[in-house]
Parts: sequence; C-alpha cells; structure tokens
Amino acid sequence: MTVIFYLSAVLAIAATVLAVTRVNAVHALLYFICSLLATGVMFFVLGAPFVAALVVIINAGAIMVLFVFVVMMLNLGPQSAKQETAWLRPRAWIVPTLLSAVLIVELIYSLTHYRSVVAAGHVVPPQEVGIALFGPYLLAVELASMLLLAALLGAYHLGRGVLRFTGGRS
Amino acid sequence: MAAIPIEVGLVIAGALFCIGLVGVLVRRNVIFILLSIEIMLNACGLAFVLAGSYWRQPDGQAMYFFILTMAAAEVAVGLSLVLQVYHHFGSLDANMVNRMRG
Amino acid sequence: MLGLLWLVPALPLAGFAVLAIGGGRLPRRIVSAVAVGSVGLSTILATLVSVRHFWLAPKGGVYSQTLWQWMRLGDFVPTVTFSLDALSLTMVLVITIVSLLIHIYSTAFMVPEEGYSRFFAYMNLFVGSMLILVLADNLLLLYLGWEGVGLCSYLLIGFWYKDPDNVRAAMKAFWVTRIGDTAFAVGIFLLFTSLGTLQIQPILREVAGYPVGSALCNAAAALLLVGAVAKSAQLPLQTWLPDAMAGPTPVSALIHAATMVTAGVYLIARMHMLFLRAPTVLFIVAIIGAATLLLASCSAIVQNDIKRILAYSTISQIGYMFLALGVGAWAAAIYHFLTHAFFKSALFLGAGIVIKTLGGEHDIFKMGGLYRRLPVTFGAFLLAALTLAAVPPLTLTFNSKDLILNQVWLSERGGDVLWLLGVVGALLTEIYTFRIVFVVFFGPGQGKPGARPSLWMVVPFAVLSLVGGLVGVPELLNLLFGMKGFYLYLQSAMHGPVRDFGFAGGELLFQGIYVAVSVAGIGLTYFLYCHAPERVRSLVSTPAGSILHQLLFAGWGFDRLYRTVIVGPYVRLARLNRGDFVDIFYVAVAQVSRVVSFILSLMVTGNVRWYVAWIVIGAVIVLGLVVIL
Repeated sequence: MTVIFYLSAVLAIAATVLAVTRVNAVHALLYFICSLLATGVMFFVLGAPFVAALVVIINAGAIMVLFVFVVMMLNLGPQSAKQETAWLRPRAWIVPTLLSAVLIVELIYSLTHYRSVVAAGHVVPPQEVGIALFGPYLLAVELASMLLLAALLGAYHLGRGVLRFTGGRS
Repeated sequence: MAAIPIEVGLVIAGALFCIGLVGVLVRRNVIFILLSIEIMLNACGLAFVLAGSYWRQPDGQAMYFFILTMAAAEVAVGLSLVLQVYHHFGSLDANMVNRMRG
Repeated sequence: MLGLLWLVPALPLAGFAVLAIGGGRLPRRIVSAVAVGSVGLSTILATLVSVRHFWLAPKGGVYSQTLWQWMRLGDFVPTVTFSLDALSLTMVLVITIVSLLIHIYSTAFMVPEEGYSRFFAYMNLFVGSMLILVLADNLLLLYLGWEGVGLCSYLLIGFWYKDPDNVRAAMKAFWVTRIGDTAFAVGIFLLFTSLGTLQIQPILREVAGYPVGSALCNAAAALLLVGAVAKSAQLPLQTWLPDAMAGPTPVSALIHAATMVTAGVYLIARMHMLFLRAPTVLFIVAIIGAATLLLASCSAIVQNDIKRILAYSTISQIGYMFLALGVGAWAAAIYHFLTHAFFKSALFLGAGIVIKTLGGEHDIFKMGGLYRRLPVTFGAFLLAALTLAAVPPLTLTFNSKDLILNQVWLSERGGDVLWLLGVVGALLTEIYTFRIVFVVFFGPGQGKPGARPSLWMVVPFAVLSLVGGLVGVPELLNLLFGMKGFYLYLQSAMHGPVRDFGFAGGELLFQGIYVAVSVAGIGLTYFLYCHAPERVRSLVSTPAGSILHQLLFAGWGFDRLYRTVIVGPYVRLARLNRGDFVDIFYVAVAQVSRVVSFILSLMVTGNVRWYVAWIVIGAVIVLGLVVIL
C-alpha cells in the first residue's frame, strides 16, 4: 500500500510539472487531470475514500471539463502554441523557480524539524464525514450552496454578452 | 490503511503547491494562470486530508469538500471573466490587463 | 470733586476712541474740536482736582480711586486704581497743560497734512496713556501706560510712513525702548515674586524694612533703571531720540521733550524708597546722568539740524534730572522736569514755526535774520532759550538747574566731581542754546519766510514760553512772603536727604558761580557766531578739529558702535539661518514621505503576476522568520 502511495505521489508531481510547462493548452489540462487522478489514489490509500471519489467526479470530471470546454471555445489549440513558446523564454523561469525553491526549502526544513512517531493513514469512513457535514458543518454546507448559486448567476451574467461570437480569433 | 509519515505527505503537498506557484508566476496566458491556481488549491486539499487522516477526524475531509466547492464556483466565474477579457482585449495576455494601476 | 479724578485720563481716551472709529469721516473742524476738547476738559478737571488736593490734602497726602478689578489670579488681584499725591499731581498738571497747548498748536500745524484725524487719535491715545502711567497705583497699570506711550511714540514718529527713513526711525525707537521695557518687566516679576504685591505704596513700605544694599533691592532697582534709561534716552540707550525727530514737530515737542522721555524720571522718583535701599544703583544713576549730560551737550554743539540740536538738548537736560535723582534730590529732579517740559516744548514749537515758514528747512545755517520778520516768534523763542540757559534775572532764586547743582555739591559720594561735570555741562548748554538763537535769528543766512505763521500756532507757543519763564515766580513769592511753595510741597511727598550749605551766604556764592558761567557761555557764543564765524570754521577744518567734529556730529559714534557690535553679527547670524535649521526636521519628514510614496508607487504596476510574485516574496520572508526564530 505504501508503495502505491509513493508511486502515485511521484506520478502526481511529474504530471503537475508537465502541466505547467506545456505550450498547448489542451495538453496541459490533460496532464493536470492525470495529476488529479493520482491525487485521488493518494486519498484512497490514506483512508479517505469519500474525497477520493469526490476528486475524480467533481475536480477532474466537472471543473477540468469546464476548462476544456472554454479552451475549445477559444480555439487555443496548436495555433496559439507558437505564441506561448514566444512567451515562455527560459529567462522568464529564473525568478519564479528561485522563489518557489526557497519556499519549498523553508517548508521542508520546518516540516522535518518535528519528528513524529505516529503515522497518518487511519481510515475515516464516509459515514463519519457525512455525520460531520450534517452536524457541526451544517451552516458551512448551506453557505457553500449559496456560494454556488452566486457563482451560477455570476457566470451566467458575465457570459451573456460574449457567447454570441464564434471565437475565431487566434 | 497504510502508515505514511505525515511529514512526507506534507512535503508532497508543499511540492505540488510550489509547482503551481511557479506556473502562476511564469505563464502569461490567463487560462494557464487559472489552471495553476487549481493546482495550488488541489495541493492545499491534499494537506487537509492528510491532517484529517492523521488525527483520525472527519474534519479534514469536510474541509476538502468545501475547498472543492469553492474551487468550482471560482472556476465558473473565472472562466466567464476570461471570456470577457478575450472579448475586450482581443488576446489572453495577462500583461494587457493592467488598467488598474496607481 | 476728587471723585472726578478718573475722568482725567478717561476723556482723552474717549476722544481717541471717537477719532479712531469715525475720524476719517468727520470734517477737520469736528476732529480738532473733539481732540482739543477732550484734552481741554481733562485739563480743567485736572486743575480743579489739583487745587482741591493742594489746598486741602486728604489724610496721608494720597487720594486713591479704585475703578474696577482688573483680574483675579488666586491671591493676586490687581485693580485699576488711580492715586493722586504731590508727585502725580505735578505730572498730571504738566501733562495736561502742555498737551492742551500743543494740541491747539497742532490744529494749525497739521492742516496741510493728510491723516489729520489719525494724528489726533494717536495724540489723544498718548495723552490718555501717559496720564494712566502717572496716576497708576500699581506697577501693572503703570506698565500698561508705559507700553501705551511707547506704542504712540512709534506710531507718531512713523506718522509719515510713506518715507522708509521715518519708518526706520520709528522702529529704532521702538526696539531700543523695548530693551528697557523687557528689563522693567523682569523687574516687576522680581518684585512680585519677592513681595507678593505690585501696589506701589505697599511695595515702598515693605522695601523700607529691607537692609540697605540687599540683593533684591539692588536687582530690582537695576532692572527698573534699565527701563528708565531706555525710555528717557540716557546713556547707553540714547541713540533713538535724535532719529525720532523724523516725526512731526508737535510730536517731538509733546512726546520727546516734555512727557514720554520723562517717564523714566517719574519711575525712579516714584520708586525712590527702593533706590534708597540700593545705594550702588543710585550712584550709577548719578553717573549715567552726569555722563549723558556732558556727551549730549557736546553733540548738540555741532549739529546743523535745529530739531536734532533740541533733541540732544533734551537728552542732556534729562541727564540733569537723572543726576539729581542719583544724589537723592527727588524734588529737585521733578522741579527741573516741570520747568523743562514748558521751555523745551516751547523751543520745539518755535522751531516748528520757523521750519514751517521757511518751507520745511531744517538746517540752521540756511536760516538767518529772522528776528525782523518773525518778531513774536523771536521773542518767545528767546525767552525759552534764556530759561534753558538759566540766565538771571529771570530765574533768579529758584532756578531748577542751580538747585540740582547745589544738591550735587552737597552730596556724599563724589559730589565735587559730579558738580564740576554739571557746571561744564551748563556752560555747553549756554553755547548750544545761543548758537541756535544767534544763527537762526541773527545769522547771515538767506532765510526767506513765506506766509506769517497762524495765530493758533504762535499763541500756544508764546503761552508755553511765558509759563516756562515765569514758573519760578511762585517760589520767589514763597521765599519772600512765606506762601506755600511748590518745591516744598513736592519735597513733602518724597522723602530724601535734606541738605543745607551750612554756612551763610553759601547759596549766594554758588549763585554767583552759576551766573558767571552763564554769562561766559553767552559771551563766548556771541563772539564765535556773531563776530567771528570764520574762527569756528577754521577750528573745524584743522585735522584734530575735523575728527572731533565728526565724532561729535555722529553722537559719539554710538550708532556705529551698536551697528558693528550688535546689529551686524546678529543680522549675519540670521542670514546664515535663512533656511531655518529647525525646519530641516519638518522638511525632512515631508521629503521622506514623498520618497517612500514614490518607491511604493513603483509597486503598483497593475500586473497581476507582479503582485503574486510579491505575495510569494512576503510569504518567503515570513516563513524564513518563523524558521529562524
């Protein structure tokens, strides 16, 4: 089981790196979907089957699909790849990589400072999650639903004027 | 089910976060920036679930649930904004959307 | 009757209020009526009150009238109280009578000037302030009057303010007297903190109990002396008075001859008990008086401007008053003030008439031969000059200057040296006085007088001159018929050492000396200026003579001294600090905030990725701090 965890961890990191560095939008999205699926496996190994299912269904299945739709609509395929390459000169990678490297080093340092004996990996079944959501987190759930309603209305309103064009500019 | 030392898990989450951060800083296309933000959100969710699994509490997963909801709402609105940007500026260059200076 | 005392200063102040508010709109006739009328009424009331006080003195010799409570600060409750005793009575009479005559004179003198009502408003304010000064019962009210007369002096010297020289003279007068005012104020503070009260009579009673030469008395007396020296234009603060002649002639007559410059003399006489307890300071007063009278007389001899000669003469005569005060002869000093007020203001008014008829000419060597064309003026001027020169037989027995010199001779410390200086000063006085008379009225100059002077100018001038000449007559009557004499009346109010010659005929001997000196002086002047004017010119053109002449002409170089030693370095320092180094801090604050805001404005690019980058940098720094600490 641990092997599966580390394997999917490596897979997730690799897929994410690739997703960030691609010039073709669809490729990047697909790599990220791959990363999300690997994350789902990680969740399952950690004993959280509920969220594992959620990752696959909602994150990869709804959110990413929405991304793909919009990308298709804007026709960001091979035509815009040339522009992306122009924008992604090697010189542009230096400072962000440096900053993130410093950040990850600090994180690793502060995390490895504390050595724990008990490890993670306890199973928390969906029933408990359900009880938690309908118990202490009930208010938050209702607010989340209102948030979604607001997002729905916002997206509808913001998208009204632009949906008429055919999106042929590249 | 498996016993994973929590520091390792958190380091993995941190690594994913930082890669997403690099993506936000480097890329100029707003779609890619939104994608990188999604990567960072996903990394945060991973950290929460790890914590919930460590403490044997459902709270971690409940938090992931909310993060996911928020991410969905954000993506919906964000992408419609991207469409507006494309409509007004004619390109998806983030450097063009800088009228709010000073 | 005595209850009307408060009206004496109040009426001129009311006149000032009326003229200040509505004077510009009133016709000239009404303006002069208001001005002269208020002072005239005040004079009448003052005379009535004084006669009542003189013949039927109230108990203690002092009459007090409290008007209202000025302020209340815990235990300190100064009131606006006027008190009348022999000293203030003398001063009030002199001020009101002289002011009235000068006001009448000014109604004709100031006719061609614009700002007619402004002039009379200032003059009325001056008279009111001076009356407050001499009637004040406590030092605070006295200081109010003191400042008031200083203000009016400034306003009136700079009356023709369109000429910057006049303004500069006015400012100079104000600054120099300010030095004295500050010292006076510090003296008041000292007296208040030590004695707890500012009322004059209680102060004098308290101080009488202090040992002679105590620190408080010395310090307070010295500070009050500085104030008096500045106001009365004595050494070393005499530089402002010759320049103050830039004002109109009535102003010079009233303020800078008769009244304001004698405020210092009044102060010392009023606080005589304090000075008696500080004998060192009193001796300094005498020395200042003697030095001033000599230096000023020397300067007066060589001046060309008629008003400047009279100004230096004033300084010198006040030196005599200070000399008298310095040996404790208070009554003699006040008596000299009395006579001086009349004849000096008369001389100024006469000078004003001469200047006016010659169309603004001030140089005496351009005047001449006026005795035929202005006979009345000449007569009155001669009378006043004779009074100044203290010539017999006019001023036979009770001549104030002789009185002073007698007292000086009889005093304990350095009496003979001071007496000698006084006598030399008297000789010089004859010289400069008759220099004016001979050159202006008999000289060879080409003075061509214009229109005859107005009667309104000549009559007051003549009256002043007459009073000055004849003021000694009641004293003569006193001596011959034993009537109540003014001088003894004054002496009763101010206690000082009473001195007598001791040997019979002493008075006569000294009188003879003085007469000889006077005659010698007049004769010498007559010889030099009428018979042999070339002698004078040849004396002046010798190298030593010309240097001496220049030195004396410039008033012994005091102006130059002050300019190099005090004014010059100060102005240079002020120029150094033109940017005001204290401002550096405040300017720096503004500069820093501007720079910081500029730097911060560079952060606002509108680029989202730039903002994210800075958020990350911030997170890195914070995490780094958490890791390190």
